[in-house]
Amino acid sequence: MTTYLIKRLLAIIPTLLGITLITFFFIKLAPGNPVSLKMQGGEALKAGQITQESMDRMLRLYGLKVDLPPAYENFISQATIKIHGSDPKDKPFWTRKALFWLGQNAIQYKTWIVGLAHGDFGISFKDRRPVSVKIKEALPITLTLNLIELLIVYFISIPLGVFSAVRGESLLDKIIMLFLFLLYSLPDFWIAVLLIMYFAGGDHFSWFPLSGFQSEGAETYPFFMWLGNVAWHLVLPVTVMVYGSFAFLSRFARSSMLEVIKQDYIRTAKAKGLPMRTVVWRHGFRNSLIPLLTLMGTLLPSLIGGSVIIEQIFSIPGMGKLAFESALARDYPTVMAIATITCALTLISLLLGDLAYVWADPRITFEARGEK
Amino acid sequence: MTSKDPENQETEDLIQDEEERVSVPQSPQGPTETIEVPRYWSIVGKQFRRSWLNRIGLWIILATALIAIFAPFLANGVPVYVRYQSKVYFPILNTIWPIKKLNLYPEMRDVDFKSLEKKGADVRYTFVPYSPNDYDLNSILLPPDEYHWLGTDEQGRDVLCRMIHGARISLSVGLVAVLLYTVIGIGIGAVMGYFGGFADMAFSRLIEVTICFPTFFLILTLLSVFGPSIYNIMLVIGLTGWPGIARLVRGEFLKLRNQDFIVACESQGMSHTRTIFRHILPNAFAPVMVSSTFGIASAILVESSLSFLGFGVQPPTPSWGDLLNQSRDFIDIAWWLTIFPGVAIFLTVTSYNLVGEGLRDAIDPKMRKG
Repeated sequence: MTTYLIKRLLAIIPTLLGITLITFFFIKLAPGNPVSLKMQGGEALKAGQITQESMDRMLRLYGLKVDLPPAYENFISQATIKIHGSDPKDKPFWTRKALFWLGQNAIQYKTWIVGLAHGDFGISFKDRRPVSVKIKEALPITLTLNLIELLIVYFISIPLGVFSAVRGESLLDKIIMLFLFLLYSLPDFWIAVLLIMYFAGGDHFSWFPLSGFQSEGAETYPFFMWLGNVAWHLVLPVTVMVYGSFAFLSRFARSSMLEVIKQDYIRTAKAKGLPMRTVVWRHGFRNSLIPLLTLMGTLLPSLIGGSVIIEQIFSIPGMGKLAFESALARDYPTVMAIATITCALTLISLLLGDLAYVWADPRITFEARGEK
Repeated sequence: MTSKDPENQETEDLIQDEEERVSVPQSPQGPTETIEVPRYWSIVGKQFRRSWLNRIGLWIILATALIAIFAPFLANGVPVYVRYQSKVYFPILNTIWPIKKLNLYPEMRDVDFKSLEKKGADVRYTFVPYSPNDYDLNSILLPPDEYHWLGTDEQGRDVLCRMIHGARISLSVGLVAVLLYTVIGIGIGAVMGYFGGFADMAFSRLIEVTICFPTFFLILTLLSVFGPSIYNIMLVIGLTGWPGIARLVRGEFLKLRNQDFIVACESQGMSHTRTIFRHILPNAFAPVMVSSTFGIASAILVESSLSFLGFGVQPPTPSWGDLLNQSRDFIDIAWWLTIFPGVAIFLTVTSYNLVGEGLRDAIDPKMRKG
């Protein structure tokens, strides 16, 4: 088991490298860069209001333009001459452009990855603050939101699903399932808008605040007042986040429990006169856990990734909102940092999911067949 | 399959026959008679129709599809029928034909039909006599009444009309995007499952990388980079959604690859393409269809969420998500702007999910009743 664990952990590294490489080149492929965005999409350059030199200087400042090693420069001109016959600098051929771009970004990626190895995510292009600080601000907020949501969801939906499965095919079961089905299809942003309309700052009930994670200056409150303030702000967003996954999870729990209840050993357990509670929870539930654990693996990354749309509607300054705004501003270091963290967590949670299998079902092993 | 050898053809037909019919010899010498065993899809259809919920879902899907297709005939500010100076016109056809030079009734273009009506013409409109972008500043933010069944927005545009035309955007995004990723997914999944080896490993890594990103965030990033438009949404959903289908198809192919009828195909020297498309794929198609149906529901949701964030269609083109986005400013005073588009999204998504569920149960032999 230990060997397997080490193998899996080591396998994360190349995958992660691959992902960051793809992401890095991909966002660089996109038209526009932070400098030209600040210059209104290059309009100022065309109108002659700024020169190419000052543009270049800014790009260098951001680390978006670097000097290529002379050997590579040589290689570019040789390759271009070989294909096109000549290599004019003022009207470059596509070979030159492509190779130049590739070299530029390879060097920038190297700089980035070396920084990452030192635990440095770089400095945000948008407000010149270290990316790690920005993430440290946003992460706890998203984590709070999502952990509360997960706890509520798991504590309500699994018992509900199991209950519904035990009642299998009765009228109550059918009604619960239909209700959950309808909940599942409700668009979350619409519900968010409706909740704001009826429960926050409208003509109806002004029970909850419109937006934000806490009131302004709430950091100075005594602890319990602060806690209350945050809870008061989170009621609506958490409600919206809960109902969708709640419906999904209960249905899931029900179907996997239904599978188990049909098994022979459940009948045996009933036949030997065990109380229903023991049959359901000790014999049935544990075996119905496996699909739920797989799901847990996919739920973890969303803990970090945050829910973009909910954070956006309720103006909660979490990871989702940060990611969204950084992508809009072409803030490469922040986008890269978020992508890396999310992907690393996804890979780890996939691993955790696999480990949880072994815990729930000792029959499962990951050793190769034959060796034990 | 290149050879036209008749014997070869016959064996192939036999193989296909085996899947559909059971031949029962009547007598040792007499001609064989075949008994029709119900086809697979007719069994599935029968199972599917058993539940009234499934039927309702299917009807709603059909209705929304018809509404989307015939939107210009249902809601149009241009009259259907005009009788003026003993000549009959159908000016509505002008709006459906996009090229102005080829308009059927050039004299009816840019005509003020109200004044025409005063001059004694017989003018007949459709059910919703407004165009999606006809603004009327005399009737802004009107609650539902007999003229505007679902009210009007801040520019006096009819909400019902905008919703009918919005259905076109929302549904076409869902269908096109899902079609795109289903095709990609089937292609990649088939290659992975059928050939295995290096192709399987390479694509598995690619899938692993793709599912590492939260989908919605990935889509949002791509859109913020390539610019918001309905075609980009279709493309982006299409290019990010395939891993699910690919894994499904791969699994089905792995299951079917070593079965006797595929070995039979191979032993006849059938080409890979023919084996994949004629013999394996039809057997792997049902789960893909279920997955695609759910996919349409979620694609419609994603499109409306994106439009809601302002990344979808650009105004003034209506889409359901965009209607909801615009309603946010008037949320306190105009409930009809928020409720109706939301209900439309909800009903459509629910019905696709219902049909998906129904299909899944119908193709599952364990769930089969009777």
